[in-house]
Amino acid sequence: MSKKVLVLAEVKDGKLRNVSYEALSAAKKIADGGEIASVLLGSNVEQYHSSLGHYGANKVYLLEDPKLDLYTTDGYKEALLQVINEFPADVILVGHTGIGRDLTPKLAQSLKAGMVSDSTALEVVDNQVVFTRPIYAGKAFVKKTIKEGKVIATIRPNNIPVDEPDTGLQAEVIKLTYQPSETALLVKVRDVIRKASKGVDLTEAKIVVSGGRGVKSKEGFEKLYELADLLNAAVGSSRGACDAEYSDYSLQVGQTGKVVTPDLYFAFGISGAIQHVAGMSNSKVIVAVNKDPEAPIFQIADYGIVADMFDVLPILIDEIKKMNA
Amino acid sequence: MNILVLMKQTFDTEEKITLTDGKVNEDGIEFIINPYDEYAVEEAIKIKENDGGEVTIVSLGPSRTESAIRTAMAMGADKAILVENEDIPLDEFSAANILSSVIKEQEYDLILCGHMAVDDGSSQVPQRIGELLGIPYIGTAVKVEASGTQVVVERDVEGDTEIVEAVLPVIIAAQQGLNEPRYPSLPGIMKAKKKPLERLEIEDLNLSDDEVQPRTEEISIYLPPKKEAGRILKGELADQSKELIELLRNEAKVI
Repeated sequence: MSKKVLVLAEVKDGKLRNVSYEALSAAKKIADGGEIASVLLGSNVEQYHSSLGHYGANKVYLLEDPKLDLYTTDGYKEALLQVINEFPADVILVGHTGIGRDLTPKLAQSLKAGMVSDSTALEVVDNQVVFTRPIYAGKAFVKKTIKEGKVIATIRPNNIPVDEPDTGLQAEVIKLTYQPSETALLVKVRDVIRKASKGVDLTEAKIVVSGGRGVKSKEGFEKLYELADLLNAAVGSSRGACDAEYSDYSLQVGQTGKVVTPDLYFAFGISGAIQHVAGMSNSKVIVAVNKDPEAPIFQIADYGIVADMFDVLPILIDEIKKMNA
Repeated sequence: MNILVLMKQTFDTEEKITLTDGKVNEDGIEFIINPYDEYAVEEAIKIKENDGGEVTIVSLGPSRTESAIRTAMAMGADKAILVENEDIPLDEFSAANILSSVIKEQEYDLILCGHMAVDDGSSQVPQRIGELLGIPYIGTAVKVEASGTQVVVERDVEGDTEIVEAVLPVIIAAQQGLNEPRYPSLPGIMKAKKKPLERLEIEDLNLSDDEVQPRTEEISIYLPPKKEAGRILKGELADQSKELIELLRNEAKVI
C-alpha cells in the first residue's frame, strides 16, 4: 500500500546534509509509489529544492522566514505541523542529528504518535515499516515497528545507502507562510558560539581519527587534526582523553558520548574500554595503533600496528600526502 | 526553587550484554544512576544549595530502582516518587504519559533530567514530557543559570555552543560536561535511608487505557556479529605504515 512520506531537509554550512539524502532514499523504499515531500526552513533555502527533487522528493514545502534561521524546538515543531496540515504524511523521517533528536520526539508527542529513534536500517514487511536500532550504544540491536498512527523515525547518519540522483526529476515547490504561536517563541536563542568549525561533523564523517590517553596532551591532538584534514575526516576521542582535558567532551566517542559508524575508524592510543568500543565497533573498518600489544582494541581492529602512535603518525601523514599529490 | 529530577536506573556501562530467550539478561548486572541523569541530580542539588528549595526525584521502573534513588538522596536529593513497574511493557509514549501525570500533581519551578539513557538511548521522554506539560524543552545543556523566574542555558549542539534563555518552568536535559557529580558522603548515606520515598503503581494514576498503550512494538533483540580480530602488521615501522595505507586503499577501499 502506498504511503505519504515527509522528510525534513537540513541545511548546514550552506549545504544539504547527507543524512537528508539518506532519509529521502529511505522514504522511496517506504512510499511504495506514494508521494514524498520534503521541508525546507529558514531564509534563502529555496535553492536546495532542485537537489531534493533529484533525490526523490515530489514536493518541497518551503517556509522561508528569518525566524527559522536559528533552530528552536517549538519553532521547528510548529513549522512542521503546518506542513503536516497540508500534507498529511503517514510516515515522517528526520536525520538523527542535533536538531533531529531534539525536535522529533516533541513533534511525535504533539501528534500522539510513536517514534523510533536513531534507526540504522529499515525494511517494509507486510506493509509495516520495521526499523532496526542500536540499544546499549550498539552492544545489542532491536527491531521495532509502530503499530498504529503515524510512523515517525530519526535515522542515524552514514547507515542508509543513498540512491543515485536523477537530475531529470523536479519537485513541485509549495510556499507556506510561517505562523508561529506565542509558545513557539518562549525560548530565545541569544547567541551561537561556533567551536566545531574545525573539520567535519563527527556523526556524519566517513572517516574518524580518534585519540585516547596515549595522545598525552592537547598538542598531541594537533597531529591527529593534521591527519584528519588530509582525509577529510572528523576527530574523535576516548573518555580518558576528555577526562585528562586533551580534548573536548563534544568529541567523545562511546556509550556516554557519540556513537559513530564511519567507513573507517582510526584508534590512536586508545586501549579499547568496553564503553568506547560500544561507540565505534560498528564502524566498517577499524585501524588501531597502540604501544601495548595486549590492548583490547586490537581484538576488534581490522588492521593493527603495535607502536608508539607518534612514531607512526608522521609516516602515515607523509604517505597520504604522497597519495593525494 | 523546587526542582524535579527525572531519573532512570540503568546497567553499569561496564556491563556486557547477553540475551536469554531473546531478552536482555539482567542476572548479576550492576545497576547505576543513568550517567546523564546523575548530572541532572548534581545540578539540582547545586541550585538548591545556592537558592534553597527542594529536590524531588521522579522515577519509573522496577523496585530495584530504589537503590539508585537512595544514592541520589545520599548526594542531597530530599525526597522521591517511584512509579513501580515490573513487567507492563511501555514505550516512550506511554512512559512520558505516566511521568507527566505524576509531575502534574507536583509544584515545581524547574525539571532536570539526562538527555538520554545509556540503555535504550532513544532520547525521547524528556521532549515528550515538555510537550505534555506545555513547557519548553531545552536539550543537551552544559551550563544552567536559573535565577528568579528566568533561566539561561548553554547547549552543546554538535560541538558548537548555543546560549538560550527562557522563562520558568522549563524542562532541561543534561549533557556530559554540565558538572562533576559528587560522591555521596557517609552522613549523606545515613540520612538517605530515612528520606521519604513514595511508591505508586501505574493503576494509581489518572490515565486512560490509550495513554498507557505503547505505540511501538519490539519484534526482536539480537547481538551484533562478533568482530573478528584482524591483522597485526609486521616489519619495519615505515613498511607497516605504507602497507596500512595500501590495505586501506586497495583491500578495504575506504580511502
